Amino acid sequence: MKKIQILGPGCPKCSKLAEHARAAVEQLGDDFEIEKVTDISDIMKFGVMITPALAVDGEIKAVGKVPSADEIGQMLADS
Amino acid sequence: MSLKTECKKLAAIVVVFVALCYLPVGIARFDNAIAESLQLAKWYAREHVLLCLVPAFFIAGGISIFVSQVSVMKYLGAKANKVLAYAVASVSGSILAVCSCTVLPLFAGIYKMGAGLGPAATFLYSGPAVNVLAIILTARILGVEIGIARAVGAIIFSIVIGLLMHLIYRRQELEKASAQMAMPEPDVRRAAWQNVMYFVAMVAILVFANWARSGDVRAVFLCCPGGLSSYRVEGTLIGQDNVQVKILDVSGKTHEIPADLIQQVEDIERSKLSDTLHRLRWAIVLMLLAVLALILRSWFAGAELIEWVQASWGFAKQMLPLLLLGVLAAGLLLGRPGPGHEGLIPAEWVNAAVGGNSIRANLFAAVAGALMYFATLTEVPILQGLIGAGMGKGPALALLLAGPALSLPNMLVIRSVMGTERTIVFVLLVIAMATISGIIFGVLF
Repeated sequence: MKKIQILGPGCPKCSKLAEHARAAVEQLGDDFEIEKVTDISDIMKFGVMITPALAVDGEIKAVGKVPSADEIGQMLADS
Repeated sequence: MSLKTECKKLAAIVVVFVALCYLPVGIARFDNAIAESLQLAKWYAREHVLLCLVPAFFIAGGISIFVSQVSVMKYLGAKANKVLAYAVASVSGSILAVCSCTVLPLFAGIYKMGAGLGPAATFLYSGPAVNVLAIILTARILGVEIGIARAVGAIIFSIVIGLLMHLIYRRQELEKASAQMAMPEPDVRRAAWQNVMYFVAMVAILVFANWARSGDVRAVFLCCPGGLSSYRVEGTLIGQDNVQVKILDVSGKTHEIPADLIQQVEDIERSKLSDTLHRLRWAIVLMLLAVLALILRSWFAGAELIEWVQASWGFAKQMLPLLLLGVLAAGLLLGRPGPGHEGLIPAEWVNAAVGGNSIRANLFAAVAGALMYFATLTEVPILQGLIGAGMGKGPALALLLAGPALSLPNMLVIRSVMGTERTIVFVLLVIAMATISGIIFGVLF
């Protein structure tokens, strides 16, 4: 099972990213777990300063933008 | 149907009806406050939403989509030139921190992975204050000089605070986080000057659409009987007798000022250039719109334009409801500027706490601002109410400088990033700096 992490302190864009990620997971039908990382220090450990960001299995895939569900699906398929 | 949720609903209904039983309708102060609150909302909707906020949202949207954050962050990295890092940190808030929720991660990143404590503190202080939307609204509602003072004051004092933080803690070298900065891919789609042209066209539209006619007279009067702060109105004199002075201001509002509060009524020399620009403003705006359309057509791709509109709409959706609530609350509690427009809080209280330009008034405003949480932009109507109720211009600036940068909730986040002691030092520095800039501004204007 792969882990998707949504990094962001809780701004509207972060919720939107989480929403898109959920939609992408549903489309793929694969086994993914979505986790929200809201603590600033934890976000820093990824080296991310511009939120929201998306990581798959600890690897940063998108920073500072909200990719569409299709784009996220592409990222998940590649990883 | 669980018992617990039903009990909650019952409790809510009971609370609402008990509150209604004791609603102070009919008491003059309360009725007046409700009317003031609605009047203020109406004034905002008529005067500021279409001409000021709509262009401002498009500018903010443009900044968030078309300005590369990477190009700014490279000046704030671990190996950056120190002098340059302070300079960039002090102004980059206008580009990086369009939304207040982005300030804290950037601050933590600059502190832990980038240029260090000094530039991080500089960025934390100036970020929310040089935010384009906040500057535009401050200048429009509270006056151009306080808008400029807010931006310039924030930039200068942020550098001072950053340097002080660096000096105080220069002996303690921080173990840098091992993480590499993860940055979005830079994508260059246009030359820099093309982006500059695009922003210049939008800012020019904003400026000319709001070009006000200059007045014939300026009245200086006390905020309220026995008040410490004076208040200025510019416009056309439409009546003057022993009881009151009537002035029609440039936005079409009539001010009736009791004669015993008047300190001075003086003629203003009309500027021909300014009046001509005012007459021709719609022609100029139309021309600029045509230029902007041409720029968008020839240099921007369709997908980018959709992104831009979405980002602008995102800002509008996020901030307009908060601003509306802020305006209604400010109107209810503080009323509108001018005598006879009081809200629930008597003007004498405001006047006693933050009237004039004493050290105490400035300090009070700075401390209150540091502890209070302001949602983005709501500081403007709240300050407008306070100024109308007798707050001095100095304390107003002190509150503007300490307010958006700090609040109790964000102090907790800052503490988790840099520890209790540094947070306390930072907060004290901000309060001291805000107080000092308030006093200086109050003396100058």
